[in-house]
Amino acid sequence: MDWQRIIINALEASVGLQAVVFALAAIGLNVHFGYTGLLNFGQSGFLAVAAYGLAVTVATFDLPFWLGIVFGLLGAVVLALLLGIPTLRLRADYLAIVTIAAAEIIRLTVRSVTFEGTFGGSDGRQGFAGGFYDLNPYPKRQYNIGEFGFNERQMWILTVGWVLVALSCLIVFLLMRSPWGRVLKAIREDEDAVRSLGKNVYSYKMQSLIIGGVLGSLGGFVYALGQASIQPDIFGTDTTFFAYTILILGGAARVASPVVGAIVFWMLLSLTDNVLNEAIDAGYISSSVINNTQVGQFRFMLVGLLLMLLMIFRPQGIFGDRREIALDAR
Amino acid sequence: MPADQTEAAAEGHTATASRPDAGSRRGRRDAAALALKDVPHEPGAPKPDPILVADGIKRQFGGLTAVDVDHVELQRGAITALIGPNGAGKTTFFNLLTGFDQPNSGIWSFNGRSLSGVAAHRVARLGMVRTFQLTKALSKLTVIENMRLGATGQRGENVFRALFRSVWGAQEREITTRADDLLERFKLDAKRQDFAGSLSGGQRKLLEMARALMVGPEMVMLDEPMAGVNPALTQSLLGHVKDLREDGMTVLFVEHDMDMVRDISDWVIVMAQGKVIAEGPPDSVMGDQRVIDAYLGSHHDAVLTEEEEQEVLAKAEEALERERAENEETAQ
Ligand SMILES: Nc1ncnc2c1ncn2[C@@H]1O[C@H](COP(=O)(O)OP(=O)(O)OP(=O)(O)O)[C@@H](O)[C@H]1O
Ligand SMILES: [Mg+2]
Repeated sequence: MDWQRIIINALEASVGLQAVVFALAAIGLNVHFGYTGLLNFGQSGFLAVAAYGLAVTVATFDLPFWLGIVFGLLGAVVLALLLGIPTLRLRADYLAIVTIAAAEIIRLTVRSVTFEGTFGGSDGRQGFAGGFYDLNPYPKRQYNIGEFGFNERQMWILTVGWVLVALSCLIVFLLMRSPWGRVLKAIREDEDAVRSLGKNVYSYKMQSLIIGGVLGSLGGFVYALGQASIQPDIFGTDTTFFAYTILILGGAARVASPVVGAIVFWMLLSLTDNVLNEAIDAGYISSSVINNTQVGQFRFMLVGLLLMLLMIFRPQGIFGDRREIALDAR
Repeated sequence: MPADQTEAAAEGHTATASRPDAGSRRGRRDAAALALKDVPHEPGAPKPDPILVADGIKRQFGGLTAVDVDHVELQRGAITALIGPNGAGKTTFFNLLTGFDQPNSGIWSFNGRSLSGVAAHRVARLGMVRTFQLTKALSKLTVIENMRLGATGQRGENVFRALFRSVWGAQEREITTRADDLLERFKLDAKRQDFAGSLSGGQRKLLEMARALMVGPEMVMLDEPMAGVNPALTQSLLGHVKDLREDGMTVLFVEHDMDMVRDISDWVIVMAQGKVIAEGPPDSVMGDQRVIDAYLGSHHDAVLTEEEEQEVLAKAEEALERERAENEETAQ
């Protein structure tokens, strides 16, 4: 088995495109769920709106790249308003139902044959990332330390991606240490108590939904630009649940936890994937037990198992405070 | 005697320099008593200076009429107790007045401003702040953060200004000072950095009341503030409630313990089955036949004052005596 290759792959996965995208998605969810207690099960919808906002503006309507970003961001804000206005006055579970449904509606709309001319059906859209790579300051070559490294396009998107992650974390940090963040955390604990103290709970929940949605939508941009193409099925419900997994893995309501969660999550997926494949190739695991094509699914089972163990032995996640979890039992 | 107890408690409690002395506390109580002197002892009696006026408030849950209050007024600057048997509709009435629930019909106003259809958070901002019967401590916030949350008009609660500590830092320090003062008054200063969820039930009651005061209300509505608080602490809590009156606040509170009601309230409103059935100063209300009837069974002896108990006893003895005499007569 080629352990060097396995480790390099794992390292590349831990800083790679998926890690960035899911870190951003989970940072947004952290604002929703971790801090405000909003059950948003449609985070993939925010990523989709941003990605398609950009792709359609540029590829379909031939408008400039920056306008695509603007439309994508506007799309995320509008989606948050549409989701929030009818549900945020109601009990928490209504938001959960509406968000999961809305995300699916978005996915099915953009993949529908009816709108194929606009959204590209199940093939999605490509040819919209040129404007972004025109701005690439990295000269064309391979950027390597030993075997670990990326080409100039990957370097550019990863640089932008990680800067966005850092900025998002900074914003969340600044907001959550402020009185504004205190209101959100209080809403998570008990809405009525916050209301009785004269705070407009509805407005704060809406602000939280918008900010978390916009932060998540950055993940949609990064994904679209990194792949230089998008397909509707990337934005299915499993995207949302990966983001939840990452958030809980890191520990909800901690600024850095979505980032560390994303890094650990994608590193683990890469490790299990590579180790199993290598083991099968080397004959350590008989292909009658499991073959290479099954590994892709099987690694999620392993990750699921790992998460279960984590919840049992460290329910607060990597960064959480055990004392807080103990309070729930009172 | 109740009156002596009040004074003793007042003098015993007034330790902090910022509190008015016992004399002036009695002054406020006397002022409230004077203002209410000529108010008739009947349901819906008009008050000389009402802060809250409610008319025809009705709330039904399916077939059950939980609240059906014709007319009620609360005197400004007084401590009014709202009593009544379990399920009388006291909490529901609280919810309606504070915008946490909407009545089927009725209008009510606070400081002359109509509150019909006004959202709960606006009611609080207008100066009417309530606490909950089932305490709502914000578990995963520390005690001091719970307190800070109560302050109104915080610059840092705006999402854009929140980003810059320089904008809200100074105000935060002021708020913290105020919060620490209150925590000290409520004997929670040692718990300052603990999660509110780790407090005991009684401590949570104290925290909730202190937090409500952070809002700077004109009127506080306390739903069973003494429930589950130990007797020693109850005394100091009673002192705090009296202090609120001294600070010019109006207090409406729900309480089942009649000794406490008698001790601190200037006026008592009695609810039963959703209706206001009696009103008056504590001693007169507790002797009211309608009130005794409403409570009969569970709280019968609690509503009687000592003299009335004597009276009832004397009457019973008299009746027994008469009966015995009659029996003797018939036997002859
Ligand atoms: N949400 C609700 N749905 C149905 N019935 C309700 C609801 N809230 C209150 N009630 C009913 O209204 C009546 C009044 O209840 P409420 O809680 O106001 O009583 P209370 O006077 O506060 O009693 P306690 O002294 O026990 O706190 C009760 O019969 C109760 O069952
Ligand atoms: Mg009640």
